[in-house]
Order: sequence, then structure tokens, then C-alpha cells
Amino acid sequence: MNSFIIAGLLLVLLGVAYQIGWTKSRGPVTTNGVKVHSRPQYHGSLLAIWTLVPAVIVLGLWAYFGGDITRSFTVAQIPTDVVTSLDQMGLNGAIQRIQQIASGYGVTGELAPYEQAAGDSLRSFQLLTFLCVIAAAAAAGIGALLYARSRITPCLRARNMVEQVVTVLLLACSAIAILTTVGIVASLVTEAYRFFTFISPLDFFFGTVWNPKFSSTVAGDYGQYGLLPLLTGTLMISIIAMLVAVPVGLMAAIYLSQYAPRKVRAVVKPVIEIPAGIPTIVYGFFAPVTVGPFLRDVGGLVGLPISATSALTAGIVMGIMIIPFISSLSDDILNQVPLALRDGAFGPGATQSETIRNVLLPAALPGIVGAFLLAVSRAIGETMIVVLAAGNSPVLRGNPLEPVSTITVSIVNQLTGDTDFAGPQSLVGFALGLTLFVMTLCLNVFALYIVRRFREQYE
Amino acid sequence: MTDIIPTGHRATLERAKLIRAGLGRRHLQERLFKGFGMAAIALALGFVALLFADVLTKGLPAFTQSNLRLSVTYDPEVIGVDPAPVRAAGQSDADFRAANLKWQRDVALLNWNKVVEASLRAAAPADYEIDSRQILTIAETNARHQIRDLFVADPSLLGKTVTVDVLASANADNWIKGNIDRELGDAQQQLSPAARGLIDQFKANGTISSGFSRSIFTNVDSRAAPAAAGLAGAFMGSFYMMLVVIILAVPIGVASAIYLEEFAPKSRLTDLIEVNINNLAAVPSIVFGLLGAAVFINYLHLPLSAPLVGGLVLTLMTLPTIIIATRGALQGVSPALRQAALGMGASRTQMVFHHVLPVTFPSILTATIIGVAQALGETAPLLLIGMNAFVASVPATPLDQATALPVQIYLWQANENRNFFEARTSAAILVLLGFMILLNAIAIFLRTRLEKRIREGPRNGHARRQG
Amino acid sequence: MDMLAGKVKMTHQTVNSTMNPTDALERPIRLHAKDVTVHYGAKQALHGISIDIPDRAVTSFIGPSGCGKSTFLRCINRMNDTIEGAKVGGLIELDGENIYDPSPDVVELRARIGMVFQKPNPFPKSIYENVAYGPKIHGLARSKTDLDEIVVSSLRKAGLFEEVKDRLNEPGTGLSGGQQQRLCIARAIAVSPEVILMDEPCSALDPIATAIIEELIDELRENYTIVIVTHSMQQAARVSQRTAFFHLGNLIEEGVTEDIFTNPINKQTRDYIMGRIG
Ligand SMILES: Nc1ncnc2c1ncn2[C@@H]1O[C@H](COP(=O)(O)OP(=O)(O)OP(=O)(O)O)[C@@H](O)[C@H]1O
Ligand SMILES: [Mg+2]
Repeated sequence: MNSFIIAGLLLVLLGVAYQIGWTKSRGPVTTNGVKVHSRPQYHGSLLAIWTLVPAVIVLGLWAYFGGDITRSFTVAQIPTDVVTSLDQMGLNGAIQRIQQIASGYGVTGELAPYEQAAGDSLRSFQLLTFLCVIAAAAAAGIGALLYARSRITPCLRARNMVEQVVTVLLLACSAIAILTTVGIVASLVTEAYRFFTFISPLDFFFGTVWNPKFSSTVAGDYGQYGLLPLLTGTLMISIIAMLVAVPVGLMAAIYLSQYAPRKVRAVVKPVIEIPAGIPTIVYGFFAPVTVGPFLRDVGGLVGLPISATSALTAGIVMGIMIIPFISSLSDDILNQVPLALRDGAFGPGATQSETIRNVLLPAALPGIVGAFLLAVSRAIGETMIVVLAAGNSPVLRGNPLEPVSTITVSIVNQLTGDTDFAGPQSLVGFALGLTLFVMTLCLNVFALYIVRRFREQYE
Repeated sequence: MTDIIPTGHRATLERAKLIRAGLGRRHLQERLFKGFGMAAIALALGFVALLFADVLTKGLPAFTQSNLRLSVTYDPEVIGVDPAPVRAAGQSDADFRAANLKWQRDVALLNWNKVVEASLRAAAPADYEIDSRQILTIAETNARHQIRDLFVADPSLLGKTVTVDVLASANADNWIKGNIDRELGDAQQQLSPAARGLIDQFKANGTISSGFSRSIFTNVDSRAAPAAAGLAGAFMGSFYMMLVVIILAVPIGVASAIYLEEFAPKSRLTDLIEVNINNLAAVPSIVFGLLGAAVFINYLHLPLSAPLVGGLVLTLMTLPTIIIATRGALQGVSPALRQAALGMGASRTQMVFHHVLPVTFPSILTATIIGVAQALGETAPLLLIGMNAFVASVPATPLDQATALPVQIYLWQANENRNFFEARTSAAILVLLGFMILLNAIAIFLRTRLEKRIREGPRNGHARRQG
Repeated sequence: MDMLAGKVKMTHQTVNSTMNPTDALERPIRLHAKDVTVHYGAKQALHGISIDIPDRAVTSFIGPSGCGKSTFLRCINRMNDTIEGAKVGGLIELDGENIYDPSPDVVELRARIGMVFQKPNPFPKSIYENVAYGPKIHGLARSKTDLDEIVVSSLRKAGLFEEVKDRLNEPGTGLSGGQQQRLCIARAIAVSPEVILMDEPCSALDPIATAIIEELIDELRENYTIVIVTHSMQQAARVSQRTAFFHLGNLIEEGVTEDIFTNPINKQTRDYIMGRIG
């Protein structure tokens, strides 16, 4: 109800201000044919901005301080001896009862002698303050409106002013992207720093054992937080993923861009790119349920002990996920190599595959390498597939047929559900996150740099 | 000129022989290479087909489910409870509510399982030997709540008999669908022999029938009653998050793209911003989860598990995608259009908002829909802000506890009742994929529709061969 | 129009290049094209071209932009095969063999009919690698020294050796435009083709570089059959013994260069040469 009134007030102010600006700026035109600098809409918008901003400021101030003011008024209605006899919880309860009486909903149980009176006066207080705030907002808006209106003259550069406001708004929006990065870096660094007050960075970065202990055990024994088992797991899975994705993705891109007839390309290319749009949780489900047992059975046939959840399972499934990423990036890049170069190889009689291998691929190599690095960065940061398929076994070992754990898995394990970041058990998530962020940052920046250089080369 | 390469007819023949000698090998190489290409395509397509076939075969059966049609008698002997309170004159809202709650508590304390058991026995053949614990394993545990709620809604049912459709339990459903091996010994079976026998009888006499599983869509998650677990809560959670993303990420993303592309002076700083945004787009999603946990939860004390917070995290994650795509669309606008607008005396802002934006609208729309679809499928960051909590209610506001569709999939795949939940999870995946396909289809549809209307939409980047 | 082209076309099997005093020999026919048509998708680019091209002489194709010169040139070594949607009809024979027959296959054909393109397109590899590429893929060199010899001699023939002999291992893309084009010529002749096709080889070059290439073409004429597409009438007159004039996908007139330029039979040819079309 209240919010409707407020919204209505703002709308009315907006409409009136716009209309006044519009008409006022038309005035000079009709009377003596003066040339007005800006079109009426801009005068209208400018006035609307002038009017709304103060009104919104007043309302905002009330929204921020109003709660406290009402609360202290309510407390003032309760006899002091009652207040002193209550603890924080009891006081809150008493306040809530008074508010319920004021709202007309009523309370259960006996009414304390002061409660009805307090409820009544709270009710009139609320009504009064609400009216005051509305009036203040309206007054502020109208005052600003009148002031701004007096400044409308034919030569007022209303358009430029409105455009300036628009530009500032746009700038503020693009600042959010920067703030996000700043936020990421700041939160990772501060929390990781707190982690390193518990565990020395040396033990973290070069430790070979990952064995966090929960606080219930001996005080001061936090367990071991060695990064290396997780790092090897991450790298192992990424390498397997790239081994799957690179040959398939690259060859698919080559076939599509160089061999396939246009019609085939038009159908096959979007189909191959479907996996890129599938949520990773779907792969995560698919991996241990279908791929893992299949690999285990195949391994059983040839006498290899493959666990259903292992680096191999996670790597293969992640590879499948990355194929479209590689194929579409490589396809783009192959298409950017100038046709003249291709002709240069066809000219003296190279076959198509010779042209591709000897000329096209070497020319496209930097771009393709960039694409690979981006894919590696994706593989390193991928979470859901490894959470479900890697087997969650943070032990330092080199056998990809056994379960492993990764950086992302441990972040999820250490941080899910736990949000009082007090001990190293949860803070380590941020140290891991920082490691992950720095790794992917380096890969991304380097890869984006290479790809950009490549594009410029053939522009 | 000394000539090392001999010319003349003999030399030509000589060379032709050399070339021919290598041809066989080279053509073989060519065929092999092309074959590798085709194999790669086949593999890539095969993976897609396999994935879909797997999820479909697992998930489709979950859309039908076994139902029990029971005649439920609200026997006054069992349901010994006062009549529902009636509002007295002068009674405050608070008092009436309290009285009502007390009555409902009394009703809830009754042994409704007795009612369920009685109706099951009524459907069973006369004097079928089965104890009451076993017979209750046939109906899902939420049957008693369902029957109770009917009574709470309409207390006049007391003493009457009505037909109620309840869900068969997950184990009964497994048995009927053959998801559990019928030949397994009693020790490995979830249901007792008597219950299994009765289920088969129910199947034969039509008490159990299988029908479309509405519960997947209408129910919330449930641990006690797996067969009744549904996606309604997760769906609402995802819906609120998408709402937040659309309200925040789309305008902010488009606005920053416009600023960077059209207004920002080209400088070191804008270069840095560009690098920063490109990098943000490639930052692992889990890092955004860490950001959300540290800033939104720990520093700003926003509630855990709230779709609002999830939406904010996803917004930050989707922003770069939308910015990059929008910038790409803006870059594709021909300089001629800009010059034409500026030449007519339009200001920069007017040029952008009146001329450039409308032309790029289809591309921006498509890009944002695809960005939103991506956000819809994201799981990892949500785990870090508590959205993996078990929530058995539909969130009423974006500040209530909720899960999301992908998180629900994550929770379900971990359920111990694998036989049942593998199919449920696959069904949930199908629902999620269905939404993603829907979103993408909308994107494609709108794009083609709008591009037909705006002729100068971004052209296809197919460079014509130079003569 | 086709009929006219047919009438103008030399009907006897040899061509007399009496106009060039150094080349008064009768030359046998090397390439024979009959009713060649090309479609790019639905669009027809050539409407039945018939022409004979003599051995060891320079034939130039002239005509306004878009008339199909490049298209026809690309038919001769089947470069149109690499363009999606291009369809070639009619007959082209090299020494009496149909080049579109499957048996002497396209790889072998291109080794016999080399091509130099409008824009220099050296590979982003070393100068040596650029020239050695053709001989390597065709297996023309039995040893490393063989290959070295081929590279050096090709660079010599292209008149580039003296300029680059100290930097054979530097990338070919680092050369000047004129040098790059000569590098591409060297690359084309390294497989010792019998015919060299040049599509506006000088259009990206300055006059001095152009003069060097023209001289080179004149020298190469002794050993190769050369077909050159050019937009410069002067160039056609300077370097070629025979000239063919294309217009809108048709071959309008063809004959001894001197005749075409001094005494064209067809009005369109005359207009073009006088600078009235194109
Ligand atoms: N790859 C292609 N796809 C479609 N049409 C083409 C293609 N290449 C050339 N054409 C068309 O075929 C016709 C002949 O083109 P061609 O390149 O042979 O002309 P040209 O005589 O070489 O012109 P220029 O002197 O400008 O090089 C032109 O109308 C051109 O538009
Ligand atoms: Mg041309």
C-alpha cells in the first residue's frame, strides 16, 4: 500500500515535471519565433531528472534511518522499568507485539497495561511520519522543479545536460565490471592472507599432503594443506581433457572449414557446438553414471584396473565438453587466414592436405595456440565435472586411472555450507581460489594477447 | 645463364615420372587426412548423440510414475479430534490464528498412517497376509499428509469415504518399472516379499496404474518421500535468479558496452578495461562463488541460500559475456550509418540510441538470451553461497531459501536411492535442457524475425574471394 | 558474339609471331580451349571461351574489370576447383590431353601449369622454404644439394638471387612488394612448369618493380609458355606476342598483339583500347 503511494507520487512528479519542461520550452517558439537550442523532450527530461533526484534522496534517507527512528519511538512508549527488565530478545519481542497491535493484526495472550496505548500511539506516529516523508519528498521535488523551471531559456543546453547524465550513468555501469575484478582480487587476497596466518605459504604451496582436520579435534591442529596433490590432479585432468579435445576439435574445425560442402557445414557446425551450451552439471552426471562404468568395464577387459571415478573419466568427459570450444575458435581462426596464402600452396600443386598442413596451420598456429590456452584455462577452472567424476581423493600420485582431487573440488568441499570464515578449514578455499585465479589469469591474458596479435596480423 | 634445371622434352618426361612416383603416397595421405577430419566430426557428433541418448533413455521413464487409487475412509474412530475452531466475535486475528494452529497441530498428531493402511488393505484381496509396516512401504510416505490436508481443508469429510490418488513409494515404483532386478534375493530387495506380491496384485487389479508424473513439476524437493520429490522449489529459485540477472545484467551489460564502444575515449584505461572484461569472461565460475561468499554473505550479511544473492553472483558472471557480445554487435554496424546520422546533425547520444542501437537490437537480444541461458545452467558458484541447502518449500520471495535447477540435479544425483534417483535426476536434466533449448529457440526465432525487419543487421562474415 | 570470336580465332595449328623480330619462329599450340563456361552458383561468369595458346610465347588477356579474365586463367590450372560452387564446362587441353580428365590429376597438372597471383603471397616462412616448397612436395630433389641448386637457380631465373643471397633464411614476408612478387615467381618456376599463368602480377607494384618483372617475363618466354592478365595496355603491348580481349564473359577478339593494338577488327576492342570502355 505504502509503496504504491510512493511509486504513484514519483510517477506524478515525473509526469508533471516532464510536461512542464516540455511546454515551457515551447513557449518562446510560438510567441516570437526564437530558436531553442534543444528539442522539448530534452527540457522535459532535464526537468524530470531535476525533480526526481531530490525526491528520491528524501525517500532514501527515510528508508535508511526510518527503521531506527520508529524503533526508538516504540521503545520510548514502553515504560522504562519494563525496558530495563528485558534482555535484547525480550525487548525485540515486546516491540514486535506493539507493532502487531499497531497494524491491527492483534496479539495472542493477555495485553500488558501499556501495550494497547503504545500500539495506538505507534499507529498514529507511523501515519504521521509517513505523511511527513511524502510531503517532504514532494516538497523537495517541487522546489527543485520550480528552480529548474526558472532556468529554462531558449539557449539552455538541455540536450547536452541530459546527455551528460546519460553518459555518467553509462560510465557507472562499465565501472561495475572493474569493481568485480577489484572485488575478486580483494576478497581472495584478504581471506587468503588470513589463511596464511594459520598455515605458512611454504607448507601450502609445496606441501605434498592434503589432510584438513576439522576444529573438533585437538585445538591448534588444523591438519595439512599441501597444494601439490590437488595441483597434480588438476593438471592431470586438464592434460587428459586436452588430449581428447585438441585432436578432435582441431580436425573437426579443419574438416568443416576446408573440406565440408557448405550445406553439410551449415548443419554440422551448430550441432557440434551444442555441447558448449549444455550445463556442466549434466556432464558431471553423465561422467560417473555412464562413462566411468564403461571405462571400468573396458579396463577390466584388457586387465587395467580403472576406477569408475578417476582422472581419466573426468578428463575424457571434460574433453568432450571442450571440443566445441576448440573447434569453433579454431574454425574462426582458420577462416581468418587469407585465401591468397592457400592459393599460393595450391598454385605449385600441393594437395589440399599439404596446403592445410604446410601453410594454413603454420599461419594459424599462434591463434590456435591462443585458443588452446583458453581451453586449458577452462579445464583448470571447471568444477562440476571433477566434483562428480574425479573421485575426490586428494593423494599425490601419478596414475590417471585412479581417483584424484583438484583445486576446484577442494574449494567446493571446504566451503559448501560453511560461511563463518574463522579457521583455515574454510579459509583455505580462498587460498585455493587465489591460486586458481592467478593461474587462469596468466593463461587468459597470455592467450588473449596472442589471439589479438594474430587478428591484427591479418587485418 | 647457367641452367641447373634442364628443360626440353626429355627433362619434362623425367620430371613427370618423379612427380607420378610420389602421387600414390600423397593421395593416400590426402585421403587419410580427410578421413581423420571426418572421423573427428563423427566423434564429435557421436558424443552429442550419446549424451542425449543416455539422458533421454534414463530420464524419460521418470516422467511416468506409479499411482495408487485408494478409497479413503475418514473413520471417526481413528480421527478423534475436536471440530475446527470457528472465529468468535471480537476475537483478534492473532488469537484466531493461534486457535487454528492448535487445531491443526492436534490433527497432525493423529495416526494418519492408520487411515492409509486401512485404505490399502481395502484395496488388497481379502485376508492377504502382510503386516502393517510392510503394507505402508507401498504408498509413498507423503500419502498421509495428502489425506490429512484434504481433511484440514474440508473437516466435513469426517465419516465419509473419498477416492484419493496417492503416489506409490519409490521402491514400489522401482519394482514395477523393473529398475531393480526381480531375481535378486530377499536380502538385497528393498521391499519384503509380501509387499512385492501385493504390488503385483495391485498392478493386476488396477489399484496401481502408471501415469504422467505431475509431481516432478508441482512438488518441492522431499527426502522422506522420494517419489514425491519435485522441482517446483528449484524452478522458482531459478526463476528468481533469472529475474535478477535479466533486471541487472542486461541493462548494465548493454550500457557498459555502449559506453566502452561509443563514448569512452580510446586510452590506456579503456584498453585496460577491455583486457579486464575479456579476462573476466574467462575467469572460472567458482571464483565468482568465492566472491559471492566473501562479499555478499560474509561482508554484506545477505541471507544464505537466497535467490537474490545467487542472482547477483550470476549477474556478475554474465556481465562480461553480455558486454563482449554487445560490443561485437556495435562494432558490426557500418560506419556509413553512423556518418549518416552524425551528418544529419545528430549528437553522439542520439546517433547511438536512435540509429545504432535499433540496428543491433537483434544481436544484443540473442547474446543476452544466450548469456542468461548460461547463467541458468551454472552450478558451482551457487554451492558456495549455500544454495545447495535442502529446501522443502517454494520460495515466496527472492530472499527466501531456495535451490536452483542445476543445484537440484547435483543434490539428487547424490541421493542414496540410486535406482530411483538416477531416473529422477535424468528427468530433471531433461527439464533443464528443455529450458535451455527453449531459450535458445526463442533467441533464434526473435533474431530471424527481427533481422528480417531490420535489413542492415550484421552481415555474415563471409569474405568474397578476391579475383 | 561467339561466332565472331570463332572467326577471329586462328584456325591453323601454328601461330606466326612475325611481329616480334627476335621470335620469328612458328610456335606449336600448347593449350587449346573450347567453349569453356564457368558458373559461380547461379551466376555465369564465362560464356564459351575458345582460344589456342602457343608454346614459348607470352599471351596476354585484357579486358574491363569483372569480364572473366581471372576466371578463365584459373580454369587453366584448375584453381577454380578450390572455390565452392564454381562449375567449369567445355574443354581445355594441354598438349592434346584434357586437363579436366581424372587421369593426369590436378596435382600433377598444377606442377606443369604454375600460377603467380595478383597480390604477392609468400608463405610466412623463410625465402628458401618458399622456393623449396614445390620441389619438396613433388619430390623433385633427390638430395639436399639438389634442392639447394633448384632454389638458387629458380631465384636466379626470377632475378632475385643477388638481392637475397645473404638472407635466404629470413622470412619471405619481410621482402619488398616487388621482391615478394619475384619470390612468388621463383616459387612457381621452381617446379619447372611448362606453362606459367600470371594474374596481374604487377598490379601491386611500383613502376621500377614492374619494369624488372616485365624484363623477367621476356626472359622466361624462352623456356616457358606464359599467359598474363593485365590491365595495362602498354604492358600487354610490351611483353606479349599475342593478346586476347575479354568482355562480359566472352572472348571478343584474339590475335597477334601488334594487330590487336593497331588494327582491331571488333568495335568493342577498339573502344576498349582507345579507353572508351573499362
Ligand atoms: N568466387 C566467386 N564467387 C562468385 N562470383 C565470382 C567469384 N569470382 C569471380 N566472380 C564473378 O565472376 C565474374 C568474373 O570475375 P573475374 O574475377 O574473372 O574478373 P576479372 O576479369 O579478373 O576482373 P578484374 O580485372 O577486376 O580482376 C565477375 O562478375 C565476378 O563478380
Ligand atoms: Mg582478376
